[in-house]
Amino acid sequence: MPGARLITRDVRKTFGPTVALGGVSYSVEAGRVHALIGENGAGKSTLMNVLVGATLPDSGELLLDGASYRPQSPQGARRAGVAMVHQELSLCPHLSVAENIVLGAEPSRAGFVRQGETREIAARALARVAGASRETTLVPEAKVGDLSPAGQQLVEIARAVSQTRCRVLILDEPTSSLAGEDVQRLFAVIRALADKGVAIIYISHFLEEVQQIADGFTVLRDGVTVGSGIMADVKLADIVGLMAGRRVEQLFPRSPRTPGEVVLEVDRLEGEDKPRGASLALRRGEVLGIAGLVGAGRTELVRTIFGLDPVKSGTVRVLGVSGPSSPSARLAAGVGLLSEDRKGEGLATQLSIADNLTLSKLGGLGPLGLVLPGRQRAAARAWMDRLAIRASDADEAVRNLSGGNQQKVALARLLYHDADVFLLDEPTRGIDVGSKAQIYELIDKLAGRGKALLMISSYLPELFGVCDRIAVMRRGRLGPARPVADLTEHAVLMEATGS
Amino acid sequence: MALALKKVFRHSWVGPLVALVAVYVFFVVLRPETFARPINLVTMARQTVVVGIAAAGMTMVIISGGIDLSVGSSVALTTVVIARLLNGGAGPFTAALGGVVVAMAAGCIVGSIISLLRITPFVVTLGAMTILRGAAKGIANQQKIDADARGLDSLLGVLGEGRRWMIFPPGVWALFVVSLLAAAVLRYLRFGRHVFALGSNERTAKLCGVPVEAVKIGVYTLSAALTGLAGVMEFATLTVGDPTDSIGLELEVIAASVIGGASLLGGEGSILGSVIGAFLMTVIKTGSTHLGLPNWVEEVVTGIIIVVAVSLDRLRHRRG
Repeated sequence: MPGARLITRDVRKTFGPTVALGGVSYSVEAGRVHALIGENGAGKSTLMNVLVGATLPDSGELLLDGASYRPQSPQGARRAGVAMVHQELSLCPHLSVAENIVLGAEPSRAGFVRQGETREIAARALARVAGASRETTLVPEAKVGDLSPAGQQLVEIARAVSQTRCRVLILDEPTSSLAGEDVQRLFAVIRALADKGVAIIYISHFLEEVQQIADGFTVLRDGVTVGSGIMADVKLADIVGLMAGRRVEQLFPRSPRTPGEVVLEVDRLEGEDKPRGASLALRRGEVLGIAGLVGAGRTELVRTIFGLDPVKSGTVRVLGVSGPSSPSARLAAGVGLLSEDRKGEGLATQLSIADNLTLSKLGGLGPLGLVLPGRQRAAARAWMDRLAIRASDADEAVRNLSGGNQQKVALARLLYHDADVFLLDEPTRGIDVGSKAQIYELIDKLAGRGKALLMISSYLPELFGVCDRIAVMRRGRLGPARPVADLTEHAVLMEATGS
Repeated sequence: MALALKKVFRHSWVGPLVALVAVYVFFVVLRPETFARPINLVTMARQTVVVGIAAAGMTMVIISGGIDLSVGSSVALTTVVIARLLNGGAGPFTAALGGVVVAMAAGCIVGSIISLLRITPFVVTLGAMTILRGAAKGIANQQKIDADARGLDSLLGVLGEGRRWMIFPPGVWALFVVSLLAAAVLRYLRFGRHVFALGSNERTAKLCGVPVEAVKIGVYTLSAALTGLAGVMEFATLTVGDPTDSIGLELEVIAASVIGGASLLGGEGSILGSVIGAFLMTVIKTGSTHLGLPNWVEEVVTGIIIVVAVSLDRLRHRRG
């Protein structure tokens, strides 16, 4: 029985009137993977910031290997052997793998970096992580910007474990940009590190993955520990129930749908690199899912359909008409795209909710082509009410909202635009369970109202729960769309990985 | 009450306005007999016109996520073109219009290069700064061009007996009108909302079907037109075409915008704030002169104000 590596006892933290942590207690054992689960806003980030010394708690106690542990800064935490890999990777793309691994802790003499030692440290760290992953392109000399997202993730982990005596490794949503086999490789790496005695805290929204990798779990809700235990002893529904504070009876609502006429017809569409000869037909009143690995070209497919990426050959017809291939032409034809990259592309986060919501259709907000701020706000408020977007007002900057509410603003833009065809790229990525359920409900409602929806997701249960038909994409090629009743998750995975 | 106050301070121009009033009162208290005279207000307004009008244009560029380093050269070129046209027999209105059109054409070319060739604005306008300066010297044969101003000088001149009712000379009124128009363009026109969207996140703008290329060209052209108008005002003050005039003016103009709350990262800023910023710099300059302080003190103070203004703005953001 290994001893407890990190014990957290009744940690509390308030920011002004907001209670971020109202008493969190749990323990993580050496050589184990411990999942930390909770909706957005449950207090996971604050707790992690406390563990790595970025935030000082108001009260409570931390014990590392039995000794009192009071990190004052992330550097101090790293020296004590507690390292974290953030969801958003923090690598310098222009530097080499080795330079990234030693960044901030370069071995040096008289200010000169010792190249040989740098390479050695990097090679050692890479051996710890890459050995288990069978990743061959990961050499100290490689430029980080040239690596795949999976490779970059491994470099981050290598950096974290390169510290002498890495005792606790915190991984925040490590699979959010990975798919299929890369996830499995990452899990092999995590297992290998745990086997060497590192305690791993694993934060994720993907409950199936958590179930696969974690030994123990702790669920946070509203800043308080609401449950913890051994993963093998619980069902996913129980965990979801703990997270939401209620049993989620039916996550995927499905009202009767009757597919109508074809509204979007794509014929042998070729992009610069991807897609390669993709064809599909999307009808009113149906939800068509696109499954596949990250990098299979799903995002490129919808971007090419929407006119954001250049069309090399092939046609896109909306209601039988093939207009010029540009976002403005597509929007005019009633096609809307929800970007997978909410902060980088989907929303102008500095601007207000009203500005973001109305940006694609500023006409009609005043006489003589004027845009009257009052009308803009009124239009935004109407949709904020209907989608239960939580914000102080329509003037509020989008950056102040939670991920789920931001995503609802991005979706509300398509609704305000009155689109007929919705291209949804990972509509539930990185948002809390409550918002997810609302978005599933919205998708179902839209389909029921005769809208046509195309949805990309890396989360198979979601695709099966929401879609009528699913097509699998692999290496730029789109397979035929088949009714979900004729498919299994296993079959889709096989097709996506080509095995 | 606290909430209402918070709401007022949400506007980026409120802070600079408070600073402007404070600095003004400061000098009034120290030099009540000279600085506090109403005529001093008119004088300071006259001195702010060139920077203020140029700052209105610069603010649009900065909000769109760009920058324009060619403002000083463009103003000099405009004065030279006006002097040449006047000497060639053109009327004052034609000459002024000619100057504005030349500046605008230059801005349109600059905007097109930035937009269509996708070169960073800093580099393109850095090049334009040298090119326009060279062009001004070429047109002027490397020397000042004396010209009969034919009434253009009255734009910023002291008001005669019969025109006292105007309070300010026409150039100052032009600054007010131009600022209001520019602010209205940004707030109430689709073009203006597109400028904000472009500066905040160009990819979002594209996703929403904003004609990004056209908006960029439009911003630089419109801004250059305002720079041209600033050039007309500069000519009104100088009454000569001077190819070596206004070196470094762009930095003063950028400073006014930044003090007024514009973010060099784009997506934020206000015309009102920038004009207030321009006035703030004039007040410091004039006040220092009235106190008999050497030039360097005023420069140090202005520099400090720029940094403090931006720091306070960051704080305001952090509080949300």
